[in-house]
Amino acid sequence: MAEMTIKETNHRRTGYRQSLGDRIFDVVNYTLLVLLMIVTLYPYLNTLAVSFNDAKDSIRGGIYLWPRIWTLENYKFVFENASIVQATWISVLRTVIGTVLTVFCSAMVAYTISRPEYVLRKFVTIAFILTMYINGGLIPNYLLIRELGLIGSFWVYIWPGLIGVFNLIVIRSFIENLPDNILESAKIDGAGDFRTFFSICLPLSTPVLATVALFTGVWQWNSWFDVFLYNSSYEHLSTLQYELQKTLQFSNATTKAVDFSAMQARSSSQVTPVAIRATMTIVASVPIIMVYPFLQKYFVKGMMVGGVKE
Amino acid sequence: MDSKLMHVDTSTPLSLQPRGVKRFFRLLWKQRALVLMSVPFVIWLFVFRYVPIWGWVIAFQNFKPGKPFTEQQWAGLKHFAYMFNDERFWLTLRNTFVMSGINLVLGFLTAITLALMLNEVRHIVFKRVVQTVSYLPHFLSWVVAAGIVRAILDPDGIINEILLRLGLIDEKLLFLGVGEWFWPIYGAVIVWKEVGWNTIIYLAAMTMIDPSLYEAAEMDGAGRFRKMWHITLPGIRPVITVLLIMNIGYLLESGFEPQYLLGNGLNMRYSENLDIYVLRYGIEQFNYPLSVAASVFKTVVSFVLLFTANNIAKRLGETRLY
Repeated sequence: MAEMTIKETNHRRTGYRQSLGDRIFDVVNYTLLVLLMIVTLYPYLNTLAVSFNDAKDSIRGGIYLWPRIWTLENYKFVFENASIVQATWISVLRTVIGTVLTVFCSAMVAYTISRPEYVLRKFVTIAFILTMYINGGLIPNYLLIRELGLIGSFWVYIWPGLIGVFNLIVIRSFIENLPDNILESAKIDGAGDFRTFFSICLPLSTPVLATVALFTGVWQWNSWFDVFLYNSSYEHLSTLQYELQKTLQFSNATTKAVDFSAMQARSSSQVTPVAIRATMTIVASVPIIMVYPFLQKYFVKGMMVGGVKE
Repeated sequence: MDSKLMHVDTSTPLSLQPRGVKRFFRLLWKQRALVLMSVPFVIWLFVFRYVPIWGWVIAFQNFKPGKPFTEQQWAGLKHFAYMFNDERFWLTLRNTFVMSGINLVLGFLTAITLALMLNEVRHIVFKRVVQTVSYLPHFLSWVVAAGIVRAILDPDGIINEILLRLGLIDEKLLFLGVGEWFWPIYGAVIVWKEVGWNTIIYLAAMTMIDPSLYEAAEMDGAGRFRKMWHITLPGIRPVITVLLIMNIGYLLESGFEPQYLLGNGLNMRYSENLDIYVLRYGIEQFNYPLSVAASVFKTVVSFVLLFTANNIAKRLGETRLY
C-alpha cells in the first residue's frame, strides 16, 4: 500500500507538463473507462428500474434506467410470499453460520500449519493441498452425503464446504508474515497454543479473516447448486438463489410464453413474471452489493497473497 | 505439564533420550494443543474429500443403488468404452476445451488491457470508482448474472433494440436460440463478470515496479505507450507467466454455472460441457457408472495438466502453485 501511494504521487508530479499526445491519451482513456462502467452497470440498473416499475406497464417496454410508473407492489408481493421469505431466512442463516464456522476453523488449522515446530505440519498441509488435485466428483459426493444422512438437513450447506484450501493458504501466508517475535514472545510468556491463537493470532489476523469472511459469505449467499442437488424436495430448506433459479428456468429463450407456474396463478393481476424476476434478482444481490465496497481494501490484499505465493 | 516434560528431557543423558517412534509420540503429546486444533479437521477432510474417491469403483461396476458392495457386478472398462464411443462425450469435451480456451485468452487480454488503462489514471478517486464498479459483477451469483444476461439478450431486450435502431438487423433475434452464438456470448459474459476482478493481481504487480524506471524513460522522451510497452508490461511479465501456466492446469475447468444456466435445448450442442455431461447422466438419467467414468476421466486429465503446469513453472524458476 505504501508503495502504491509513492508511485501514484510520482506519476502525478511528473505529469504536470502534459504534451498534446498525453492529453489525447487521457481523454480517450477516461472515455473508454466511463463506457466500461456504463456497460458494466447498465444491465443491473435496468433490472433495478424494472423492479420499481409498475408490472403491467413494464410489458410495454422502454424502461431503461428509471421507472416510468413508480410502485412498491413488486417488493410487496415478494415479501408477502411465504416461501420466498422462508428461503431468504435460510439464505441468511447459512451465510451467517457458514461464514463464522469457516473463518474460525480455517484460522485454527492455518495457525497450526504455520507453527514450524509442529510435528504434523507437513502431513496436515499435504493432506489439504492434495485435495486441490483430486476430487471424487458429483455422484460419489452425492452418495456420501446420502450415507451421512445429510439430505434434507440444513447442515448439508455447512459441513461439506467447511474449509477451503485457498482460504487456508491465504491465512497461513498471512500468519507466517506476522513479525516473528510476536507469536514467539507469547510462547515465552508461558501462553499455550490455545491462548496464543485466541488472544494474539486471531486479533492480529483481522485483515485476512475479513477477506476470507467476505469470500465465504459471498459463496454461501450465492450458492444454489447444493440446494438443487440435495434439498430440492425439502421446500423449507430452499434458499433465495434457488427460488430465483426456479423462476428463471421457465424463461428460456425458446419458451417465452411458458405459463409462469403457480406463482402467477396465486398472484393478483398486479404482478408479472418479468417484474417478479427483476425484484427477486435485486433482493438476491443487494446484501452483497452493500457490503463489498467497504471490504475492498482487505480483499485486494487477500487476492495478492493468494494469487502469487512467493 | 510442559515444563515438567522439558525438565525430564534436559536432565536425561543424551544417549538415553528417546528416539524414533517414542520421541515422535512424546512430541505429539507435548503439542497436543496443536493436534487438537488440527486433527479433527483432518478427519473432516478425510470424510468429505478422500472417502468419495472410493466411489470411483462405481465406474467399473454395473452399479445398482442400494445393493451392498460385495453384490455389485463388476463391469471392467465397459463404461469407459461406451463413453469414448459416445459422440456426445466428444462434443462436450470439445466445448469444454473451447470455452476454457476462450476464458483463458480473452480473460488475460482484457484484464491486462484494463489494468494498463487503470494504471494510467492519475485521478485517484476516479480510479477507485472504476475499480469498485468493475468488481460488482464478480460478486453477483451466476443465477443473478444469468437472469440479467437473459433479460438483455431477450427479443425484447436492450441488445435487440439497439441493433434494430442502428439498422443492423431487420427483425428481433433469439440470441440464446442459436447454437453457434453461444461461445461468443459466453466469452462476453465471462469478460463482463470477471474482467475487473482479474485486474487486481496485475494492478498489484504494477505498483511494485520501481518508479525511477518511469522517470528515466521520461528523461529519454518516452511517451505513454512506450512506457507501457517497455516498462509496465515487462514489469508484470513474471505474474503473467505464472498465471498463464497455472491456468493451463485448469483447462478442463470451464465452469459449470454459466453453461448450465444459459444453456437450453437449442444451443446444447455448443453449451454442454463435461460437468453438465456428468450431471445429465448422473442426476437426470441415473446412469451412475457413466457419470462417474466421466468424472474420473476429468480428474485424471486435470491432474496430469496441473502436474505438468506446476513442473513447467518450477523449471522456469517462477513461483509455484503451492
